[in-house]
Amino acid sequence: MSASPIMTAGGDAAPRKPIVSLQRVSKTFANATVALKDMTLDINSGEFVSLLGPSGCGKSTALRIIAGLSSPTAGRLVWPDERPGAHDHAISFVFQEPTLMPWATVFDNVHLPLKLKGKSADASRATVMEALEMVGLERFATSYPRELSGGMKMRVSIARALVTKPRLLLMDEPFAALDEITRFRLNNDLLRLWQEFGWTVIFVTHSVFESVYLSNRIVVMAARPGRVVADLSVDAPYPRDETFRTSHAYSDHCRSASEALQAAMAAEGDSNH
Amino acid sequence: MTANLDTTASLNVEAAAPVDPAELRKARRERVDRTARWLLPVVVMVATIALWQWYVDAFKVPHYILPGPDRVVQALIADWSMLWPALLITIAITLGALVIATIGGVGLAVLFAQSKWVEMSFFPYAVILQVTPVIVIAPLIFIYVPSKIAGLLICAWIVAFFPILSNTTLGLNSADHNLRNLFQLYGATRWQTLRYLRLPAALPYFLGGLKIAGGLSLIGAIVAEFVAGTGGLGSGLAFKILEASYRLNIPRMFAAILLISVTGIIIFASLSVLSHLLLRHWHESAIKRDS
Repeated sequence: MSASPIMTAGGDAAPRKPIVSLQRVSKTFANATVALKDMTLDINSGEFVSLLGPSGCGKSTALRIIAGLSSPTAGRLVWPDERPGAHDHAISFVFQEPTLMPWATVFDNVHLPLKLKGKSADASRATVMEALEMVGLERFATSYPRELSGGMKMRVSIARALVTKPRLLLMDEPFAALDEITRFRLNNDLLRLWQEFGWTVIFVTHSVFESVYLSNRIVVMAARPGRVVADLSVDAPYPRDETFRTSHAYSDHCRSASEALQAAMAAEGDSNH
Repeated sequence: MTANLDTTASLNVEAAAPVDPAELRKARRERVDRTARWLLPVVVMVATIALWQWYVDAFKVPHYILPGPDRVVQALIADWSMLWPALLITIAITLGALVIATIGGVGLAVLFAQSKWVEMSFFPYAVILQVTPVIVIAPLIFIYVPSKIAGLLICAWIVAFFPILSNTTLGLNSADHNLRNLFQLYGATRWQTLRYLRLPAALPYFLGGLKIAGGLSLIGAIVAEFVAGTGGLGSGLAFKILEASYRLNIPRMFAAILLISVTGIIIFASLSVLSHLLLRHWHESAIKRDS
């Protein structure tokens, strides 16, 4: 589809090993809802993966399982790089809402993950300020969340996720509540930071356009029961900007992702009858 | 680097731009409102006192039935040497009870927050203590507790601790769910979650309870002393009121009631100021907004 030279974020085509593998992971809630059924997925190091699907397809559940906030009913989660039993996944999580502590300043909010690890504010000042600079909020360190706009709050939330220098960044529809202009700007910032630091990102969204713009791989999911139905690669080169957003390659990718999503929703309709 | 576009929004430095008449009217109305907020109650008070004085003078009401404001003030000045120490005792009991109620209420709430089982087991008894009128428990307390001061403190505590307990319990349980997940994700200990998440989230609720408890501990102290009904050393304002009523010294009764009311108002105002100072940076209740 794309006429441009094919390259992925890291630039090299070396085979990557997975940072985390879901192996036939299922999740059934106490009310018998099957949120996930037999989900098998390798997330490779350095990838920007979007989990795309309608409500109820289990994309958020999958993310929570990877984060360790929820445990799988069946199947397992494998972290190949880690010693067995060690829980040092270096994961950060960005929620749909900014999820800031209203009583704490921007600095204290970003400092939180380090504080919970026992690092004092003085000892982590440089790290926190660095994270705030990444999202362009260094001048707002002493502000309170209520003084910030929705987009700025989300930036603080992202800075808090970055302050621990995670290997894996999990994002649960982080920009869904923002207006389109702010959303586009944050998309660009996120891509810039991702290219700079090379973490692995798993990004949950229900927007076809957002998933194509951001990711180099889109995992399409269907609901009832939640499962993976398609795994698309978006081979457009980075850095991506507004030119990409208006290119043919972009609309082609959007079309294929959209078709996969339509197929997923049609399949869901069938399984209901 | 890239964030500057949406960061300027909150700085809002629009200097001396022309303002439309509707906004000017609104600003004027707000100024008038601010003055009216203290001026109107003062006018009502002055008018009431004047009416009272006029009524007493015009109908020649005997002072042992209804003294005029002038006689109340005279009594306040003449009996000051007796009322002031009594006031100090009442204030000491009230503040003592409030401190114990705060420690007890917050302590129990934190305990309840640690375990649903503890909360389920003991919360109903806190409710029972609250709904049983203190005036019927007080005589028993004065029988069982040898020290009068301790008895007064216990009575005032029983009345005051419940709003703190119930509000703080609610507050501790209302921390944002995503924030709890976040704490869990970063491996926060139970103590860290309490210290950095649940207690700050409970603060506005606690302060609401404290404002109610401040007034209630004064009521508890007074009621308990009415029940105790003994004079001598260390008797508070309530006893002075009882004593004055036996002697039909109505002006002194009014003077003592006045002191109790003023004390209550000062307690409420101080707690409101405390609440404002603690919440002004972040809580919706303490934030003024332009719309």
